[in-house]
Parts: sequence; structure tokens; C-alpha cells
Amino acid sequence: MIRLDKVTKLYQGGREALREVSLDINPGELIFITGRSGAGKSTILKLIALVERPTRGQLLVDGRNVGRLPAKEIPTYRRQVGMVFQDHKLLEDRSAFDNVALPLIIAGMTRREVDRRVRAALDQVGLLGKERQPPRTLSAGEQQRVGIARAVVARPRLLIADEPTGNLDADLSLEIMRLFKRFNDVGVTMLIATHDLALASRINGRHVTLHEGEVRGDEENIVLRPGAMRASA
Amino acid sequence: MGARLTRHLQNALGALGHLSRQPLASALTVAVIGIALALPASLQVLVQSGQKFAVNWRDIRDFSVYLKPGAALEAARDLARTLDERQDIASIRVVSADDALEEFREDPAFGEVLTVLKSNPLPHTLVVRPTDDALPAELARLKGELTARPEVDLVQLDIQWLSRLAAILDFMRRAVWIAAVLLVGGVIVIVGNTIRLDIQNRRQEIEVSKLLGASDAFVRRPFLYTGLWYGLIGGVVALIVLGAGLLVLSEPLERLLRLYGSEFPGFGLSALTAALVIGGGLMAGWAGAWTAVARHLSSIQPRL
Repeated sequence: MIRLDKVTKLYQGGREALREVSLDINPGELIFITGRSGAGKSTILKLIALVERPTRGQLLVDGRNVGRLPAKEIPTYRRQVGMVFQDHKLLEDRSAFDNVALPLIIAGMTRREVDRRVRAALDQVGLLGKERQPPRTLSAGEQQRVGIARAVVARPRLLIADEPTGNLDADLSLEIMRLFKRFNDVGVTMLIATHDLALASRINGRHVTLHEGEVRGDEENIVLRPGAMRASA
Repeated sequence: MGARLTRHLQNALGALGHLSRQPLASALTVAVIGIALALPASLQVLVQSGQKFAVNWRDIRDFSVYLKPGAALEAARDLARTLDERQDIASIRVVSADDALEEFREDPAFGEVLTVLKSNPLPHTLVVRPTDDALPAELARLKGELTARPEVDLVQLDIQWLSRLAAILDFMRRAVWIAAVLLVGGVIVIVGNTIRLDIQNRRQEIEVSKLLGASDAFVRRPFLYTGLWYGLIGGVVALIVLGAGLLVLSEPLERLLRLYGSEFPGFGLSALTAALVIGGGLMAGWAGAWTAVARHLSSIQPRL
């Protein structure tokens, strides 16, 4: 589905964020990208979201090198990628409903379809009934759930999340991870960048560890102990 | 097609809603646009009224062609027929020497004087009315042609007055264009600056929309509709300002002209002028918005 082939990313000033990183992301996988601050976690997500372009190497999506995608084709590409952000990036002057509806409006769906899908997405994240509330009246966890509903409402092929629990306490972080796991269980491919190793290690999935722009570890994490997170948990 | 139309309609209404959520700022912008558009429009109305006024003074544009003493009445009628075929002549009246004398006799000031005359000293005369759009230069040429005719003694035509009026109207017409270009340019700058601030205020919305896959056209559209609304409402405000101004001015001007024995033709805001004001407002609003969007939207790139 997605292949990073010896991708190097140099930022202005010559800072090397990624050095010849190769990574295959297969359909239906849940991948945690872990590592310290500055390891290159966010850069991988930025490259996949086409917010940044690789300096060297190839970023292949379904065999096509999207790293060289013309600017006018980027919007169509991005509509296939759901994004969750640490700071939620919700529009404060709009209700939860309108925030979640935005990707569908961008995609040009009819009002009826938008209404149906937004309600379904809010229901999935447990916020049906709070759809008319503006984000500032919601708790941090609820705001992140609105962000997740917005990311999944257009049924993207891939969902990327950059430190999605960075601003949340342990309980809320667990709650958000449960949500991600639930979406992954129904087939959504996920790529989650987190520095919270403890939280990531409690979840079944693939763990890719970055260190100073290089892949240092890539293994399946199978949690055997009681209370390990499952979709139904 | 239907979905696209619906999207445009939603954008248009959304932009109007956006303006209504900041009523004071929107009202101030629209007022400035309205006043800027009203100025060239009022000059245009003045020019149009001046033209109408000039047309109203047809008697002054009329000119007389006096035939030589002794020329036959049939010669006057022949000349009238020849002139009648011209495009720049609206009408011709033949006044025979007898009719002219009769008119003088009816005037008490001349009645007694004329009784001492043994014969009629007056020539046959043509009273010629040029068309409303006949230019002074054309009339001067016509005067020359008529004067050169052997049966014509004198052509009495006040070209100078007509030239002055035409020069004034020409000057005003150009002034209207200059004012229109400058003030519409001003409207473009006003709208452009307002949209620029709007883009800055909605930076987060633009970033998020781009991250979620919004195309440039999608991001651009609400701002273009905002510009169009500014132009449209500004145009309507300009027409209201103009209408109110003309209403206030028409009564004293009518009184003044009556003192000079002339009839006030009325300012009359024509449909064309109204359409030009609204159209100009729309175009300036759109151009201002487009300028701001083209310049500032591309600089906003999404960040993760």
C-alpha cells in the first residue's frame, strides 16, 4: 500500500530528519512509530500527508511515487488520508457536527449524505447528542474524539495520527487508543506517531522505532498479559 | 452540475452569513464602497442630465437660413426638400416672406411701423432643427455648405454656444471615466485589503481545509463570494446614496431653471447607469477578492 524506499529528508539549514528510511505499510496494519523527540516520527507523517516532500528516495502509494505528485493532485490524494493531530485542529467557530462534516463538504457530498455520515461518525466516537456544541465546551478527550470522527468520516484508506494523546491524561489516552484500535479492527490502516512507549506497548500492533532519523526497530507487539487491549475492550 | 450549483449557492450564502456575523466591520466596508461608487455614478447622471438639458433647449440649436431678397418661394421649398434628406436634420419649416410679415404685424411693437412699408422687405426663410446628436462640427460644415449656395443670403447659427456646450459635456464625460477608473481602483484596493485581513483571520480554517483535501478552488471560493457580496451591496448603497442626493437637488434646480424660463428635464437615474453601478461594484469586488486570494492564499501551507 505505502512504501518508503530509502527516503531522506533534509530541512532548510541542512538538518537531516530522515536518513535512507525504508518502510512498508500494508493494508489493515496498525503501526506505532515511536522514538524520542526529533527522531523523525512526525516527518514520516508529514511526508505521507504530502505536507513535506522527500529530499531523496521514493514514497510509493499503490506503486505510484507520490513524492513527485503535482501540486494540483495533492488535494485528491489527501482526501484518502485521515489525519488526527495532537492539538486537534478543530475550528472553534463551528459546532462539533460542522467540524466533522468538513471533509465530506470538501468531497462535495450531498447534505443528506453529510448528515447521515456525520451522525454515524459521532455515534462511533460516543459524541452523538453533543453535535451542536462548539469545541471549547467539550473536554480535551471529547475534542480529540471529534478530531477522530472528522478523520474517519470520509472513510479514508489510511489514518495517520501525530501524538494524538500528547495532551491527554493516562485514562483519556487509553480511551483514545481503544477508539483507534476499534477502527483498525474494521480494516482502517493506521500509522500513529507517539513518544508514549508505555501506552503503545499495551496494544497489539507493529512498532517501528526511530532514532535520529533512522529505523532502529521494527517488530510486532503481541500483548499476552491479561487486560491487553482488544477492539472489544 | 446540480451538486456544483448547490455548492456555489452554499458558498454564496455562507459568505453572506460570514459578513452578517461581523455587522459593523461589514457595514463600514460596504459604506466606503458605496460612497466610492456613488461619486462617478453621480457625475455620469450629471452628464446625462446635461445632454438632456441641451436637447431640451432645441430652440437654441435651431438655426435660420435666410434666402436672398427676390428669391422665389419655390426655391425655398426646393432647398427644404434637399436638406430634408440629410441624416443630421430633424425637421425643416419654410416661413414665407408673407407669413413672416404677418407674424410681425401681429406683434403690437411692430404693427404701426409696418404700415408705412410699401413692399415686403423680408426674405423667405427656412427654420432648420438639427438632430439631437448632430455635432457642432457637422453643423458648422452644414452652415458653410448652405452659405455657399447662390439662393442663400445668410445662415444664422450659434456654433460657438453649441461648441461650448459640447466641450463641457466632453470634459465631463472624460472626468466621469477618470473618476470611475480611480474610484473603482479604490474599491478593488478596499475589498482586497478586507479580504486579506479575512484570510489572515481564517488562517487556521484554511490550513485545516487544505490538510483535509480542499482544493485551491474550494478554499478560494468563499473569499471570492465575499468580494462579490461587498461589490453588490456596495453598488446598492451607491444607488441609494445617488437617489437620495438627486432627490434633494432636483427641487431647487427645477426652481432655478424655471427662473430662466426653462423646463427641468429631471435627473432620471437610467437603468443603464444603475446596471453600470451594480456591475462595476460586482467586478471591483470580485477583482479585489481575487487579487487578495491570489497573493495570500498560496502562502498558507498546512502544517502538522
